[in-house]
Amino acid sequence: MYGLLWRALPGPAWLRVLILLVLAAAVVAACFEWVFPWVSEYVPMNDNTVEASTP
Amino acid sequence: MTRRGGPPGHARAHTRRGAGSTVVGVVGELFITAGVLLGLFVVWQLWWTDVQADRVHQQVLADLDWAEPPVQDAGPDVAPERHDEPPVLAEPPEGEVFAKLYVPRFGADYVEPIAQGVDKATILDRLGIGHYPGTAMPGDLGNFATAGHRTTYGKPYHQVADLKEGDPLVVRTEKTWYVYRVTSHEIVYPWEVDVISPVPGLQPGDEIPELTDRLLTMTACHPMYSAAQRYIIHGELDYWAPAKKGVPAELLDAGILTDASGPAGDGKVA
Repeated sequence: MYGLLWRALPGPAWLRVLILLVLAAAVVAACFEWVFPWVSEYVPMNDNTVEASTP
Repeated sequence: MTRRGGPPGHARAHTRRGAGSTVVGVVGELFITAGVLLGLFVVWQLWWTDVQADRVHQQVLADLDWAEPPVQDAGPDVAPERHDEPPVLAEPPEGEVFAKLYVPRFGADYVEPIAQGVDKATILDRLGIGHYPGTAMPGDLGNFATAGHRTTYGKPYHQVADLKEGDPLVVRTEKTWYVYRVTSHEIVYPWEVDVISPVPGLQPGDEIPELTDRLLTMTACHPMYSAAQRYIIHGELDYWAPAKKGVPAELLDAGILTDASGPAGDGKVA
C-alpha cells in the first residue's frame, strides 16, 4: 500500500520524502481539526454533567 | 536444490510478492496506520484540547473587560464582607460568560470563565465551566450548580478532589464577589440529578420547600478519564462583597490579584 504510494510519487528520493512529510502533516491537521472532534462525540470518556435521562 | 532454498537477487524478491503476501502486507500496513491514528487521537484528546481550550479561556476572560477593584499603593483594598441579601443577576442567554471562578486551592494563577449552559460541544469543551440552566444564579437562594471538565479541554475542575472542607470558592460577576466555602463532597452516578436540585437530595418532581440556603455545586467526571461516575463538591455562601470596594481577603491571602491594577485602571490610585 505505502510501497505503491512511494512508487507513484515523482522525483528523487529526497523529494518523495518531502512530499510524504507534507502529506502526513496534512492528514494530522485534518484529524485534529475535524475528524477527532467528531469522533470524540461518541467517546464519552469525559462527560461531567448529571442528567435526568439516561439513554 | 529446492526452490525454497531461494534463488539469489531479483528472482527472490519476485517470489515474495505473491498475491497472498501482498494481502498480508496491506493488512499489516492498515493495522499500523490504525495504531498510529489511535495514538494521535490520544495526543489530541489529552494535549491539544487543553492547548486550544486554554487559549479560548484566556481570550474569553480578557474580553470581559470588567472594572477592576480599586488599588492603593499597598495593593488592592480588602473587600468588606457583607452578609445581607446579595444582588443576584438574571439568568443570561445560553453561551454568555457571566462570571469567573477563583479557587485558591487550585493555585494562584487559577481563574476560569463560567458560561450559561452545560452543552458539551459549545460550552464545556470550549468556554470553560458551565452553569446548569434553571439552577440558582450566584448568591441566590437555592443551588448555583456548575459543571466542568476534570480532564481535557482546559480541565477547569482538574484538582476538584483536592478541595477540603472550608476552602473558599470565589465567584466574581461584573459587579459582585460571592465567597462560597466547601461544605462536603460526594461521588454519585451520572443520573443522580438531585445533587444539583435547590436543596440537594430533593428528587425531581418533589415539592420545593421554602429555600433558606445559598449553595454552590460543582460536578466533574469521576474517576479521571472515565464517565462512570461524577465527583460532586457542595459549598455554601459565606459572604458577598461589591467588586468596586476591593478584593476578598481569601484571594489576597493566597497571592491572587495582589497586583491587580486593572487594564488602564478603573481602580483609582491613591
